[in-house]
Order: sequence, then C-alpha cells, then structure tokens
Amino acid sequence: MRILSAIFVILLTAALVFALDTKWGSIPPLGKFLSPQQGFWQNAEPSDEDYNASLKFSNLKGKGTVYIDERLVPHIFAEQEEDAYFMQGYLHAKFRLWQMEFQTLFGSGRLSEKLGNDPRIIKNDRQMRREGMVFAAENATKEMERDPASKAYYDAYTAGVNAYITSLSEAELPIEYKLLDYKPEAWSNFKVALFLKVMSKDLAGYERDLEFTNAKSVFSLSDMEQLYPQVSDSSMPIVPKGTAFAAPGIIPVKPASADSLYFGNDTTLNVIETVKPERTNGSNNWAVSGSRTASGAPLLANDPHLTLSLPSIWYEMQITTPTMNVYGATFPGSPSVIIGFNDHIAFGFTNAMRDVKDYYAIRFKDASKKEYWYNGGWTPTRLKIEEVKIKGTPTLFDTVAYTVFGPVMYDESFTNDVTGTKAIAVRWMAHEPSNEGAMWFKLDRAKNYNDYLAAIKGFVCPGQNMLFASKSGDIAVWQQARFPARWQGQGSFIMPGEDSSYAWQGFIPEEENPHVLNPAEGFIQSANQRPVDASYPYFIPGNYVVPRGVTIHQQLSAMPRATPQMMMALQNNYYNSQAADAVPLLLKYLETDTYPAYAKELEDWDFRATPESRAATIYQAWIDSLEALIWNDEFSRIGKPQVRPDEETLLELLLRDSASRFIDNITTPVVETLGEQVTKAFQSAAADLAIEEQNNGLVWWKHKEPAINHLLREALLPFGRQGIKAGGMGNTPNAITKTHGPSWRMIVHLTATTEAYGIYPGGQSGNPGSRFYQNFIDDWTVGKYYKLWLMKASEATDKRVLGTMTFSNS
Amino acid sequence: MRFLVSLLLIALFSFIAGMYLPWWSLAIVAFLVGLLVPQSVGRSFLAGFLGIFLLWGVLAFLIDWKNEHLLSQKVAQLFKLGDASFLLILITAFIGALVGGLAAMSGALLRRTRR
Repeated sequence: MRILSAIFVILLTAALVFALDTKWGSIPPLGKFLSPQQGFWQNAEPSDEDYNASLKFSNLKGKGTVYIDERLVPHIFAEQEEDAYFMQGYLHAKFRLWQMEFQTLFGSGRLSEKLGNDPRIIKNDRQMRREGMVFAAENATKEMERDPASKAYYDAYTAGVNAYITSLSEAELPIEYKLLDYKPEAWSNFKVALFLKVMSKDLAGYERDLEFTNAKSVFSLSDMEQLYPQVSDSSMPIVPKGTAFAAPGIIPVKPASADSLYFGNDTTLNVIETVKPERTNGSNNWAVSGSRTASGAPLLANDPHLTLSLPSIWYEMQITTPTMNVYGATFPGSPSVIIGFNDHIAFGFTNAMRDVKDYYAIRFKDASKKEYWYNGGWTPTRLKIEEVKIKGTPTLFDTVAYTVFGPVMYDESFTNDVTGTKAIAVRWMAHEPSNEGAMWFKLDRAKNYNDYLAAIKGFVCPGQNMLFASKSGDIAVWQQARFPARWQGQGSFIMPGEDSSYAWQGFIPEEENPHVLNPAEGFIQSANQRPVDASYPYFIPGNYVVPRGVTIHQQLSAMPRATPQMMMALQNNYYNSQAADAVPLLLKYLETDTYPAYAKELEDWDFRATPESRAATIYQAWIDSLEALIWNDEFSRIGKPQVRPDEETLLELLLRDSASRFIDNITTPVVETLGEQVTKAFQSAAADLAIEEQNNGLVWWKHKEPAINHLLREALLPFGRQGIKAGGMGNTPNAITKTHGPSWRMIVHLTATTEAYGIYPGGQSGNPGSRFYQNFIDDWTVGKYYKLWLMKASEATDKRVLGTMTFSNS
Repeated sequence: MRFLVSLLLIALFSFIAGMYLPWWSLAIVAFLVGLLVPQSVGRSFLAGFLGIFLLWGVLAFLIDWKNEHLLSQKVAQLFKLGDASFLLILITAFIGALVGGLAAMSGALLRRTRR
C-alpha cells in the first residue's frame, strides 16, 4: 500500500513536471516560462541595466569599442573594417535577435515550423516558396560571395551574430522564443540575403497584373487606361516636367500576336495572393540645395513609410573605422547603415513603385509537371520539392516547377481555380542574381557625387529613388535598379508563356534611368510618384502615388530660405492636397440639407488631417461611401482578385468629367447623375457618422485607430501599442494610417559640422521588458526629433555614455 | 525545526541548482530533501511547497520591482489577468510551489516505504 501511494505521487510529480515543460496550444511551457531564474522574468530588465562589457572573440582582427548612449544608440569604433561589421552583427543580435530570425523564417516560408498547424500560415509559407523567395536568396548569396571584399564583410557580420547566439543561455533567450518554445539557429550570409529579399518583396513585389487581367475581361482597354492611368495630370514628377530625354537605347518589339492573344484575351483567373505587400509602402525624401537654405548648406530629408511594428524594422547606429564614419538607421539582419550620413554626404531612399514582376500562362504536358510547352516543343521543367515543416504535424511536401520564366506560382495544387495542366509562372526582378548589400558598403564610405554614382551602379532590386546631398554642395537623385524594357502594355496582364516572344527583351540601360543633378529649381523631391512626365521613352507601369509629391513640391517652392525646422514641419505636415481639390467638388454637387453641420464642417476645413480633426473623419467617410456607390456596380461583375481604381483616380475622373459614364449605377434602369450619387453617398455616410459620433466624437485619430503592433500582431497584442494619437492620411506628407507610416524620420543639415535629427516609432531594444522597447513612440507621435550624436572617440567620458563594451581577440 | 530546516534547504539548493540546471531541478532538490530529512508526509509537502513558493515569489517580486512592472504587466495582459503584476507573481510562486511540494512529498513517501 505504502509503495503504491509512493509510486502514485512520484508519477504524479513527474507528470506535472512534464506538463509544465510542454507547450499546450498557445500556452507556453508554464514551468519553464514562469521560472524566475530561466523564464520570462529574466527578460524583465532592471531599469538601471548595466551595459558595460568586456568581450573577447578569437575571430576579431583588432580592437574595438562600443559606446552605448542614453537612448541606447551604439557608437562603434573599430580599428579594422571587418571588425566593425562583426560588432554590428553582435549588437543586432544582442538587441534584436528574435525579429531578425523571424523575418528570415517568414521570407523562406518556414513559419509553420515554429508557429504550428494553421492553414493560413501554411498557405503563406507555400506562397513564399512558390514565389521563389528561397530561390532568389540562393541566387543572391552566390553573387554576394563571389566578390571577395563583400564576402569578407558579410562573413564578419554573420560571425558577429553567431558569436552572440553561441553565448546565449536559456535564461537570456528573447521572450518570444520562450513564448513559442523554440531556439535560434545559427545565422548565415544566406539569411542576410533572405532578409534583403523580404525587403524586395515588400517594396518591389507589388503589382496588379492578376487584378488587371480580371478587370480587363469586363472593361475595354480604353476603360482600363482611364481607371488605372499611368500618367496623372496633376503629378509633380521627380525629374522636373519638360526635361528632355535621350533617344532610347533599346526599343522592345511588340509580338505580332499581341492584339489577339494578349490584349484581346478575356480569360479570368481566381487566385488569391495571401502575402501581398502593402499597397501604401511608400516614402518621402527631398534635398534642398544650399542656394535655397538659410545657412547656404544643403539639407536632406527622408521618411520611409512602412508597416509599423515592434520591434521596429530600424535600429540606429554609428560606425567608425579608418575608412568611414557613418551614422543612421540600420536593418537588423543586414550589415551597413542603410539611411544616414557620413562626414561628407547624406543619403536617403523612397520606393520607385515600378512593376518588375510579371506572370506567364504555362501549359504542362501532364500532371507530373515535368514538361511544359515552349517554343514549339515539350521542354523539361526543373522540379524543386519544398519541405514545409509544420510543428506538431507531418511535413508537407510541395512540388514547384521552374520554367524559363521562373517558378510556377499557381497550379492545380495551389489555388482552387487553376485546373488541369494550366499554370502561372512568375518572372520577377528579385530572382536575378545580385549583391545589393555592396551598394551600402560603398555608400557608407562615399565622399562625393562620383563615389555615390559608383556605389549605386549595379543595384538590381528593389528600385529606389536614391537621394544624395554633399557638403561640397551637390544634390542629386537617381531612380536606380535594373528595369525591364517593355513594349507598351507588356506585363500589365498575364502573358502567354508558350514561346519566347512575350519574354522580357532586355533592360533599360542604367544611364537612362531617371535622374536629376543640381536642378535649376534648387531642390529635388520624390514621394512615390511616376518619376518622369509622359515624354520618357519607355513604358514604365507602376503603383504610383500623386498627392504627397504635389504638397511637398508646393511647400518647397515656397521656401526660399529653408531651415531644418522647416523640414521637420514638412515631414509632419498633415495637408491633404487631394482633399483640397475634392471637397469643393463634393460640396458643389451636394443636393441636400440633411446633416447641415457635417457639410458646414467640411466647408470650413483647412484640409489638414490633424489628430483631433473631425472634418477629416467626415471627408474620409464620404469618400469611402462615394467610392462604393461608383464602383460596386461595375466591380460586382469582376472576379477576385480585383483592385478598384485609386481614390485619386476617381477624383481626377470626376473633376475632368462630371458626366462620366462610371457615375451611373448600371444595375438600375435610370441613369444616376453625379449630384445624386454625391448626395446619396453623403447621406449614407452621415447616418453612420451620427452613430459613430456618440462613441468617439468623430475625432480623426479615434476613427483611424493607429496602432504599432508587435510582429506577431493579435497573438501578442500587449507587446504592441494601440490607440496612438496621430493624425495624417496616406496622402498627406505625414502619412500615418492605421498600421502604416513614417518608419524613420531623418533630417541632415550638411554644414561644416553635420547637424542631424532623427526619430523612429519604437525603441532600440527589441525586448518588451526593457524601458528602451518603445520609448520613442510618444515623441514620434507629436513630431519631435532627437539630435543625432555623431560621436568622436575623444568623447568617451561624455555623460551621455551609458555603457562601454570593449571587443578584442585576446 | 526539521520543518524549517528542510524548507530552507529546499529553497537554497533549488536556487543554486536553478543557476545551472533547468527549472525542474527544483523537483530533484525537493525530492532529495523529502527523502533525507525525516518528517511526516504532510509536513514534507508543506516544506517543499512553501520553500519554492517563497523562493519563486521573492525572486519574481524583486525582478518585477527593479523592472518597474514593465514586463509583468504586459505578460499579465497576455494571460488575461488584467495588468495585475502581483497576480502573476502569485501564480508564478504557486506553480513552482506545487512542483516543489509534490516532489518533497514523493521523497517522504519513498522514505516511509523503507521503514
């Protein structure tokens, strides 16, 4: 009896220990997780955390020191170039390891392996692989390691990350690993490539080819041009209007069959891309020449707009070596300073928005996918078997066929619509072998315009407006990347893939990429608009945005003596130039006296979407309601995926032609006028607003509900910040939307001693248990900046230094 | 006296083991103390329970206090406990204590079989 009860209690204890050491659904292993010596309590950093350390690594070539300042910004001083990248890798891992690895797991379609059996995540994983993300990163890694100078830097960075990972104890693991119960893997150069490909997907992965294919089955080609215009009447291009372009170096030829087989083909397609980049991934940047600044020194400003998340995509840092002294925003996951300045120049980026991804219809011989019809014969595919590991369930094997164009993204096994031997392959610039990181190795060290030109040469993807300003007085921008030279209309829809005639015929010569150097206007601006006016000799489809560029151009034109403070005001500008055009039109056609207060508020609006603005809420509700009335009828006839014309396109259409035939609701026997539709939209929006008003007083930020969530979003809601009191709209320069906005604001004044300001909505530590996790958010929300400290080695005893880490090999 | 000694032994050696070994090393410590220090089964359980309750509770409390409750509030919200840091400390202490108590009791029961 005694033995039995002893055995029973021993087994019970063992079972309890086992249960508390195991993850159950979304509940972490509780014993491990709650243990004060190993679990999450160890991530609760004391508010007076000590950042001093003396580190020894045999792979270092010399000595280095990192001064951590009061905002937790590290200032790296290294005797050897490679050591600087080692130290950067170490710091990225120390402060941001979980996010670095998570992004590369996302990019390589491996989330199910860590997050478990969720059909949505499995579909995401399969899509990433079928889109060729791993293929792209493998191609990039080969190219990155082919150049010995680049390889040495990547190797050092990777060694730094791994030095940190190796030193990690169970207790020191970032909290997300403890919650999800897995451990970090070794880092590699391939993972750097994966990270950069995730950025390529985010910035050069958006196109509307499938949506356009479906729309074309209902709309005529001339309708399509009206609904999805490439050149906008009101746009302010990056290259000033009227600039003459050289004759094109390559003239692509439209295939003879294009009118019948391509433009005339009305087949549709029902496939849903699950991981579609944000449409609004955009940015602003501008540079003002010394002739138009109060000081006489150039100014450069940049604010890239991305999905806002915690931990932030950016990490601030200074790197000083014998050949460079650079400061700015870095990407945890990649070496170098990405947006920043050195002792001679400043540089910034906005997205080019160009479409560099096309689809081809493929016909397999049979279900084995081993051969496809190409140039009059059955051609072998290369089959790649993807192993999608899923935590807790057996591995899923997915066979992806590679064609001459690229991987087959959609086929019978992936979508519910593509059947039999039909398939869709994707041709994407991100698949090209390239070494993008090499640009920053050079740019961080560039001293003048020629160095900058040499740095950006050969950059392939994602296309960026690469802005430059130097202390020697030059300002410049190049829209740089390798862009396909297309015949008019090529790639707007799915193309026939049965022969080579629809393939890309070549690339636009690099020297013909849109660029500006020291323009007569005295300033340069880019804000995701089409870079050039209609006279540019190539067909360059893209996902362009007009209004921010218009506002910025207008504001800079009115600033003969610019100062850094004016640049700050412009980055935080809430003016909506599109609303300024639209509101008078809407009010003119409004045919009702119901809800007069709302109409009056719009009449009195200064078109600034401030956090407290009520008019912004009324405007947006009205526009949303009008868009639904105008487009619902036409688009109910179109399959998914579909994309509606932009807000700005609708407004331009109405301003140009108040009798446009799209205004009519085609499902009713009568013909609706603009007045009727505007009025109906207003009444329905106003009725909703009257209800909403009781909850939130129609205050814009409450209506918009801006949030900066953790990368795992709803799963870790308390690790994010909700209810941020920020104004702005997608088309105001300060483009804060619900989940998206200026991810890093920087202003550099290129005076003899550089004067620079910056801020991002996050904090330097990726640890939710650190007081540095989200400490910049409140200042960012109200438009404050931090003065960026380009530290000198002689300032080691400055009171701003919070801790000192020394690195040596013995 | 034996009760207090075994309680303190469990807390002290669990703390030391926790610096080098996985969290469940506390179960081994409590089991050994239960086995080697003669006591009634009930007292052994209580010594293991309170020893770990105090150890985990005090450690979590100190960490939380130095952290100004920053992380515990977030984790409490994650587990739908409002933002009650204190509740999270109690749950932490209780989970550890349960393992400590049962392990000590197992030791005591095993010792009893050999008499």
